[in-house]
Amino acid sequence: MPETTETKTATSESGARPTEARTTGATIELENLTKRYPGSREPAVDSVNMEIRAGELVVFVGPSGCGKSTTLKMINRLIEPTGGRIRIGGEDVTHIDPVKLRRKIGYAIQSSGLFPHLTVAQNIAAVPKMLGWPKARIRARVEEMLDLVGLDPGEFRSRYPRQLSGGQQQRVGVARALAADPPVLLMDEPFGAVDPITRDHLQDELIRLQHELHKTIVFVTHDFDEAIKLGDRIAVLRERSHIAQFDTPEAILTNPADDFVSGFVGAGAALKRLNLTRVRDVEITDYPTVTVDDPLQEIFNKLRSSGTNEILLLDKRGRPYKWLRRGDLMRARGSLARAGTLVHDTVTRDATVRDALEAVLTDNAGRVAVTGRRGEYTGVVDMETLMNSVHELLEADRLDALEHQHELQEARSPRTHAEQEGTGPGEVQA
Amino acid sequence: MSFWDYLGNRHQQLLSDAFQHASAVFQCMVLATVIGVLIGVATYRSGWAGNIATTATSTVLTIPSLALIGLLIPVVGLGVAPTVTALVLYGLLPVVRNAIVGLRGVDPSLVEAARGIGMSRTARLLRVELPLAWPPILTGIRVSTQMLMGIAAIAAYASGPGLGNEIFRGIGSLGSKNALNQVLAGTLGIIVLALLFDAAYVLIGRLTIPRGIRA
Repeated sequence: MPETTETKTATSESGARPTEARTTGATIELENLTKRYPGSREPAVDSVNMEIRAGELVVFVGPSGCGKSTTLKMINRLIEPTGGRIRIGGEDVTHIDPVKLRRKIGYAIQSSGLFPHLTVAQNIAAVPKMLGWPKARIRARVEEMLDLVGLDPGEFRSRYPRQLSGGQQQRVGVARALAADPPVLLMDEPFGAVDPITRDHLQDELIRLQHELHKTIVFVTHDFDEAIKLGDRIAVLRERSHIAQFDTPEAILTNPADDFVSGFVGAGAALKRLNLTRVRDVEITDYPTVTVDDPLQEIFNKLRSSGTNEILLLDKRGRPYKWLRRGDLMRARGSLARAGTLVHDTVTRDATVRDALEAVLTDNAGRVAVTGRRGEYTGVVDMETLMNSVHELLEADRLDALEHQHELQEARSPRTHAEQEGTGPGEVQA
Repeated sequence: MSFWDYLGNRHQQLLSDAFQHASAVFQCMVLATVIGVLIGVATYRSGWAGNIATTATSTVLTIPSLALIGLLIPVVGLGVAPTVTALVLYGLLPVVRNAIVGLRGVDPSLVEAARGIGMSRTARLLRVELPLAWPPILTGIRVSTQMLMGIAAIAAYASGPGLGNEIFRGIGSLGSKNALNQVLAGTLGIIVLALLFDAAYVLIGRLTIPRGIRA
């Protein structure tokens, strides 16, 4: 199986910095993939067609029993398809030895699936060992994988799974799945059994990992919010794994293909959309600032000359410190230590617009300071600019989606007759 | 002659009988374990095969040991052969049953995880299923051994080795001055052996059950 499809031949050594062009994933193509269980008239999975690009994270989302898990397990042939083909990295793997196939595909499942009688290191080493790697290389790889998932090798290597928390077990599960550096990673509701806070952390970790590794990941979940957070593209599946819509999270949120999808998206699509945009993408306004080292007179002048009622006082390192109103200094008799209100909430440029909105809503004056990487002041967002940005954003999404839909219809019309009934417009790949 | 004098006089004979007893039980137990685990591995995946294996081995256990050894004499002759055959047959049930229960008790999601990361059928059995089923199997072996300790005494009836000879000699000469001592020495010897074996199993459990699944 070819390891790389675009550029780069280097493997993902831990020290190496990821670059944009780097892709270690492989494409996955499903062609009329079908699973029919003996004794039931309806197929469990009915003729799924899908192309997953190399290095892409695709989420299968749908109600329970829709066949999303079955579809996933057919990719590594844990469930043998009864019809259709699977191609990974261009190679037809529908009939090759399934044991060999699975060693090239990472597999992570709910509640980690770690072997309780083996240590963390032995669990991670399972696949490399089967592939016959030399001992020293396995040992180094185990360290590297533990580092990668944020666990200290010295502390965790020789622990047994039951000595780990749920979140730690899940991390080790991901480390085991990635140990042999497979181009493809399948994840079957991996974060389904952990508490919401841990799940949130694990999702952030996965996003970070994917930024470093660029694997092709297929992720199954029934949680639409999880799908939005993680997916480059989302396949919304309905019964028998029919694809209701296969598109970017933005497109699905702003332009759901049908009632089924919009029902699944649920209420608050516009709010969910805010999770997908970062503060750096919206308009940040400049605000008059002074620092604690400035002489009082200059602060007075600034206050008077600026059009606003308020200025932002920065501390010695340029971090937002206090909001100063016009009357504050008078009341405090010119003492900076007593004047003004402390800045209690800031957002970074990487925070989601939703976080920013939350901060703006809780702030009594309706604005929040934006900080850079080391906490230094970079600007302010307030209610008005935020509203404008969000409106523009939604409008742009709507136009995109319309255009997209138009293209799809054009691309689709010649083969409409061949299409099976019930396959949604999103099925054809953009 | 007091019991202690008897022990003092006959300790060589007693030790050699005890050694033969232990060695017979041990060897039969190894055989029963191998055969029992193989039967378990062969049958645990199908409901009816597993049930047949359990029923068949428990039927053996209902045959009185004296009768079984008596029945074996015309088939395999006297001495070691009927002893080994009988002991292995009796030792099977706990091993087979616990092997089946243990193997069936392995979390199916773990077996699927093993499949998912590319373990072959054999690797799954040897590296995941059997290690996880090992604690109940070891318990089965332990129960079997205790049982065989007692049953091995009967083997002397067919001229088999072991402490049973001491007991049968005593019973055969009831009324003589050493009769009671002989029966007592044989019985106590078996009890001591049983306790020693049990202690050994605790040690084996400590050494072979991985820390991750130790209770």
